[in-house]
Amino acid sequence: MLRTFRIGGIHPPENKLSAGKKIKALPLPEQVIIPVGQHIGAPAKVIVAKGDTVKTGTLIAEANGFISANIHSSVSGTVIKIDDITDASGYKRPAIFIKVEGDEWEEGIDTSDVLIENTDASSEDIIQQIKNAGIVGLGGATFPTQVKLSPPPGKTAEILIINGVECEPYLTSDHALMLEKGKEIMIGIRLLQKALNVKRAVIGIENNKEDAITHLTELAIHYPGIEVCSLKVQYPQGGEKQLVDAILKKQIPSGALPIEVGAVVQNIGTVFAVYEAVQKNKPLIERVVTVTGKGVKDPANYLVRIGTSMNILIEASGGLPENTAKIVGGGPMMGKALVSPDIPVTKGSSGILILPKKETERRPVYNCIRCGKCVSICPMALEPYLLMTLSELCLLEKAEENAIMDCIECGSCTYTCPANRPLLDYIRLGKGKTGAIIRSRK
Amino acid sequence: MNNKLLVSPSPHIHGGDSISKKMYGVLIALIPAFLVSLYYFGIGALLITLASVGFCVIFEYLIQKYLMKGKPTIWDGSAIITGVLLAFNLPSNLPVWIVAIGALVSIGVGKMTFGGLGNNIFNPALVGRVFLLISFPAQMTVWPKPITTRWTFFPAVPADQIDALTGATPLSMIKNHFGKVPDYMDMLLGNMGGSFGEVGAIALILGFIYLLYKKIIVWHIPVVTVLTVVIFTGIMHLVNPDTYAAPLVHVLSGGLLLGAIFMATDYVTSPMTKKGMVVYATGIGVITSVIRLFGAYPEGVSFAILIMNALTPLINTYFKPKRFGR
Amino acid sequence: MNLILLAVISLSAIGAIAALILYFASRKFKVYEDPNIALVEGILPAANCGGCGFPGCKGFAEACVNANFLDGISCPVGGAEVMTKIASVLGRTVEVTTPMIAVVRCNGSCENRPRTNIYDGATSCAVASALYGGDTGCSYGCFGFGDCVASCLFNAIRINPETMLPEVSEDACTACGACVKACPRNIIELRKKGPKSRRVYVSCINKDKGAVARKACKVACIACRKCEKICPFEAITVENNLAYIDYNKCKLCRKCVPECPTNAIHELNFPPRKEKIEVTEGNVAS
Repeated sequence: MLRTFRIGGIHPPENKLSAGKKIKALPLPEQVIIPVGQHIGAPAKVIVAKGDTVKTGTLIAEANGFISANIHSSVSGTVIKIDDITDASGYKRPAIFIKVEGDEWEEGIDTSDVLIENTDASSEDIIQQIKNAGIVGLGGATFPTQVKLSPPPGKTAEILIINGVECEPYLTSDHALMLEKGKEIMIGIRLLQKALNVKRAVIGIENNKEDAITHLTELAIHYPGIEVCSLKVQYPQGGEKQLVDAILKKQIPSGALPIEVGAVVQNIGTVFAVYEAVQKNKPLIERVVTVTGKGVKDPANYLVRIGTSMNILIEASGGLPENTAKIVGGGPMMGKALVSPDIPVTKGSSGILILPKKETERRPVYNCIRCGKCVSICPMALEPYLLMTLSELCLLEKAEENAIMDCIECGSCTYTCPANRPLLDYIRLGKGKTGAIIRSRK
Repeated sequence: MNNKLLVSPSPHIHGGDSISKKMYGVLIALIPAFLVSLYYFGIGALLITLASVGFCVIFEYLIQKYLMKGKPTIWDGSAIITGVLLAFNLPSNLPVWIVAIGALVSIGVGKMTFGGLGNNIFNPALVGRVFLLISFPAQMTVWPKPITTRWTFFPAVPADQIDALTGATPLSMIKNHFGKVPDYMDMLLGNMGGSFGEVGAIALILGFIYLLYKKIIVWHIPVVTVLTVVIFTGIMHLVNPDTYAAPLVHVLSGGLLLGAIFMATDYVTSPMTKKGMVVYATGIGVITSVIRLFGAYPEGVSFAILIMNALTPLINTYFKPKRFGR
Repeated sequence: MNLILLAVISLSAIGAIAALILYFASRKFKVYEDPNIALVEGILPAANCGGCGFPGCKGFAEACVNANFLDGISCPVGGAEVMTKIASVLGRTVEVTTPMIAVVRCNGSCENRPRTNIYDGATSCAVASALYGGDTGCSYGCFGFGDCVASCLFNAIRINPETMLPEVSEDACTACGACVKACPRNIIELRKKGPKSRRVYVSCINKDKGAVARKACKVACIACRKCEKICPFEAITVENNLAYIDYNKCKLCRKCVPECPTNAIHELNFPPRKEKIEVTEGNVAS
């Protein structure tokens, strides 16, 4: 029996159209727009001004508080302006506009492909380097990585879990990275192990990525302490709590972090970024983005600089298909619908998914027929039908009693509902309101 | 690109499941039982099924259109299921006008007064059936004999000849200590008196397997219900085999299988969690056994399910899933 | 005959016993309640809207009876009339409150504010607002999904199907404030109803810079400050790229209304303007 998490779960069609495609580097764009809030926490503080010349890798905005991250220029050129842009959700956000002129890198950055295996750096140095490089969790949550690597006092990490699950349908960026940068990932894991001082590291990969499992298992022979764990395909296995449950058979207590059960979870993309930051002194200025969708001519994985317009990526894959109805930043289950494709790639962009109307349009909503599907598939063992009603009626205390704050917003309930009810829409709303009430109590 | 983009909260895809898919799945699962009833009760079964489904759909349409001023949703299949289940719970010689009253009570009182599909507290088909049982006890407790009445068109049969064509159900034979209870083989196949949809254990179990395979229902409610009845009646049988029939007789006769598989599992009126389902099913099993063994009625599945339907909201409140990490 | 007698006697006996039990129970478990509470509750409109800030009309009545002064407590639905009655029942005085009304401060109809995308999620303003900036270029304006309509207990607000904007019925609105709380974007404001229901207000809450706001919506406030300059009573302030008229200072002179280049300032229930002004203006121009 393959391992998987033990409560609920669904299996949407995988649709990994761009699986096995090589990572393509895109030519530099003419202009990049780098938002200053690309991570969870306080937006970074801009430290350049209009007219400044920057190089690739120059720090242009620095972390502003404990939970925040540095932001570096992803190109070399001139800062045109610092102005608001309309972000993915239609709100105005401050961003730095840089005109691209050549590709001159900041000194001290190793841009070669040479593999550096030496992992002598001390734990503090590694964490400091990760912090300097502005690395955040690249799985989508964009939580600053250095914070995750500094367990709170009294807690020690015993195991490092690497999230190579990529349970979202369509997305393949982590898969591509595992196939092409296996050695770098192994060294990255070594570095993280050192930083956390843990002996054991497990890479969790769903078994729809056989090639990646074989590849990394072969490599892991040379890296004692690192193992690969093949997991049964089930959504949302990439959720931190589900992944820890699948691998360790331990449930993270409600409201707690994985460190509570001695685990630290990092995404494959993050691990690669850590390798580059520590071994090559290269800040997080580019990432792998999947462009996919059934109507897309050439679904592919691209290595792009942060701040490149998504339009350029879509054009590289053959342009927007005629029947485009929705463009999603990220996967179809948890990604964010974009109001326009003309927004920049940020640290958290794992993919661009283009969906036709037939696949994505919401169907008419009927009464809840109390079939209990949502209850049986909820990976957190909640009762989505009840939470939706409670949120709708604003009965937030009841919602809190029914553990609304445990919801991980995976969307399995809405996906499954035969009455097409927007369960997660309302639960998310109720969760937000309940969270505000809980915070105000403190 | 001229068309405007759609924007919505995640998730952006849907599994494609729908109410009508589930409902039509249940209808497919009822086909074997329907074929068995056609084999044993012929024209009568066909006539009543058609009448019941027809009236249910018509009443649902009229009520939705003219009383609730909404868009009729008769094609989601729920009214058809109510019609079929109501018919399956009736004797095959019931006059059509009584069937119409049953359909009106099922749809009108059992379903629409609460606000339509999803809001009803009781299983609509059973509301109709129990209403008829109480209102027309004479007509509702004469059971045509299988096979011999296959080609009998009951509305045309003179009243004085009805007696020759009808018999008793195994359960009432046991209750009233007369007649010869059919052997197990006949019971499995359905060769016995009774509501025409409830005979034929094999056919009903086939439907159950289909429902499980299609993941329309989970096994908990039917299995636990039947198990409870087996244990309860088994104990009583051991205590006094002369008065109390063997557990297998109880399982194969009467409406237990039809009720446990198709009516107790009705989505709207059964609990949401597995734990709740077990409690609910145990309740149905116990109440059914108590009515059958000690009550005035020979059969108690309908009452048991309706009573547990009423307790379902309570079960939903008190039996929560074991939350992750709590 | 015997049977009937028996039935009558037994039923009467049961009735008598039940009456006795009830009598003793009501004696034993009686809770004292100030009779004034019931009196005050009788005066209240019994809408239980919660607009006063107390849990329903009963809660409000209790608060009235328990409070030493009626200052600061007021029933927004019943208004001054009801409060005076309550005051006379309780033998207290009450300050006169000015009647208020809910005002929708967005004029971004489909025509004025072109849609840039189609919202496909749950039809609720709160859900949409939590998700994104909205289906137009304006991330402040009305969604038109009617959370305010659902919150109104008096049927005083409805969505106009042509403009997809809420409209408040002057007569039905009791200024209970439910819609103000329901609107996730704070578009609805309670403003002074004004003499003969005459009001002047800025029908926009867009805080974007002028050019951005104008691009998103034809009738947006672009913060040009013209109104601020012309107002003789200093009732208009422009802050965060948005003009706001203080209804306590506004004297309803209407000078700001024609001044606004985007027609963002609305006047309500005024008699039509005299032609004279325009004629004189025309004369000057010629």
